[in-house]
Amino acid sequence: MNVKPDPTFHATAQLAMQAPIENFGFTVMLSPDGSDSDGIAIVDLNPTSTSYGQIVHQVIVPTKGDEFHHFGWNACSSSLSPMSGHAFLERRYLIVPGIRSSRIFIIDVKDPLNAKIHKTIEPEEIFSKTGYSRPHTIHCGPEGIYVSTLGGGGEDGTDGPPGIFIMDCETFDIIGRYEMDRGEQEKHYDFWWNLPQDYMVSSEWGLPPQFENGVVAEDLLSNQYGHKIHFWDLRKRKNIQTIDLGENHQMALEIRPAHDPKKSYGFCGVVVDTTNLQGAIFTWWRDDDGNWQAKKTITIDPHPAEPDDLPELLKGFSAVPPLVTDIDLSLDDKYLYVACWGIGEMHQYDVSDPMNPVLAGKVEIGGIVKDTKHPNGKDFAYGPQMVEISRDGKRVYWTNSLYSSWDDQFYPDDEGGQMVMARVGDDGSFALDKEFYIDFPKGYRSHQIRLEGGDCSTDSFCYPNV
Amino acid sequence: MTALWWAVIASGVYHGLNPGMGWPLAVSAGLMEQRARALPRALAMLAAGHLIAMLVILLPFSMMATLFIWDREIRLGAAALVVAMGCYLLINRRHPKFLARVHPARLALWSFLAATAHGAGLMLLPVYLELCSPETLDNGHLAADVLMTGTLSAAIKVAAVHTLSMTLAGGVLAAFIYGYFGLKYLSKTWFNLDIVWATSLIVVGAFAIRLAY
Repeated sequence: MNVKPDPTFHATAQLAMQAPIENFGFTVMLSPDGSDSDGIAIVDLNPTSTSYGQIVHQVIVPTKGDEFHHFGWNACSSSLSPMSGHAFLERRYLIVPGIRSSRIFIIDVKDPLNAKIHKTIEPEEIFSKTGYSRPHTIHCGPEGIYVSTLGGGGEDGTDGPPGIFIMDCETFDIIGRYEMDRGEQEKHYDFWWNLPQDYMVSSEWGLPPQFENGVVAEDLLSNQYGHKIHFWDLRKRKNIQTIDLGENHQMALEIRPAHDPKKSYGFCGVVVDTTNLQGAIFTWWRDDDGNWQAKKTITIDPHPAEPDDLPELLKGFSAVPPLVTDIDLSLDDKYLYVACWGIGEMHQYDVSDPMNPVLAGKVEIGGIVKDTKHPNGKDFAYGPQMVEISRDGKRVYWTNSLYSSWDDQFYPDDEGGQMVMARVGDDGSFALDKEFYIDFPKGYRSHQIRLEGGDCSTDSFCYPNV
Repeated sequence: MTALWWAVIASGVYHGLNPGMGWPLAVSAGLMEQRARALPRALAMLAAGHLIAMLVILLPFSMMATLFIWDREIRLGAAALVVAMGCYLLINRRHPKFLARVHPARLALWSFLAATAHGAGLMLLPVYLELCSPETLDNGHLAADVLMTGTLSAAIKVAAVHTLSMTLAGGVLAAFIYGYFGLKYLSKTWFNLDIVWATSLIVVGAFAIRLAY
């Protein structure tokens, strides 16, 4: 407990952008077949350091087969909420769930070079206290740490719908389920909110049997994956509206609300439209009557391809779908970065007008067919995937793995983990940094990235920009 | 007598400057609605909640005024209560998380709950009882109904003066942050007062015990 608020807590997104830049990054190390233990790589991001752009420390957990995926902080700028009047938590612990094992590790990164495991929460505790399994997205918010899950109860996670549970932000005890009235929400993936406006938005991937052993083609072609987004009264814990994006819009994943809490809109990425293989971004907003609306504002076309160049799963289509698997919004709400994992492109959209996004820049790297090399001449396995933007919006980092079993289906010949970075100029120019290229230790793939002091998909701000 | 009223005002300033009593909410209201007008309105709602929290503590004690022969026992009991609350807050350092569950627009309710959970009214109680003590009021030989009217109006006056000074102090700080310093100073002026606050309760209670003896 601090006497003053943690210096990495900012009242507004604007103030966060002006804060000192990140010195470290934290990136998931995934052993795809569970033969090694997963871990978190601590990456030196201080440009004046001699070990800049290298993994300088690893926290490897003692268990195997956890499958690290997403993770988040114990506390962020949401601590400055005027409702709590108590801003003295430290941004110190990373909450790292295993989506296969349902185990959660609390990693103390106060001293990044000596980061270590602080606490382990065993799966049984999660099962018995929440009835959920396969914890996924972490957000620090009012009352504690919110954790979304992908599975319900039972062996295969289909006994009851998945949802969100709350953890104590100091003791890391699991408090219990979040939902009081889930309405028609039956699947889960991502969630985020607007704290002063008191709403939350959640999305849908699929149930565990639909992803744990790979994508199920029959389910996908019969539109059985998630295609709805849910709007919640955050404090009443009630689903107030569900919008069906249309059943052909399979896998509504990342939810990215505008960072300025005065705004009542945000974005959601859709992996694939089963009618035409397009990837899509929906803009959602609250209209003048207080109802939620959603409209498709970006489409990305598939690329035609020879069946011989395609994995088994895609041969029949003679095309490679963009596969929009992650999106991230810069803190000034200006640029939306869209990872097209299938075609090997990272798109940069100017979303100053959220209803009319404009493609402003593009980086090609990896991809099922193109397999574009990094400007330094080295290989980039798979395609651009988990993307994280620095607070000042000038550096965009990303890694390449989607999910162990899905990597193997879409990229049967690839292996490895890489983390790269693109620079954004003052004029918005967007290009890969030739020098920044991290090859992960052999046997490891990489996934989500978190930046020291917060980034563009962790902090929730409680005061509007001025 | 004058010193006691100054104590009422000082406690108001103290509560007003404590972010835990709500001034950041007034800043946030002004900014979210993009109208400076929203700031005084939020302050008024916070003041209403605080005033009620004070009265809830003071009024029951004002009813006991007719029991002035037990004045000392009542004052000792009240002082012990204040010390106990201070000790509780010192030992149980967990912040009341239910405050975060109040809807952001229900500021008066939030303010009432925040003040009550932190024992803000209790901090005022010894001062009030001292103000109403037979020696101070020289009311030892007044009729019971007159006496009660006196203590009742004193309770309302104490709560009102305290809340007014709290609102002014918090309001000035909120207005400066909103209109002049900017939100950067929001986190800079925000100190963890938990220990100071709990200690204040203990000190006020202990002082009241000494006076009562």
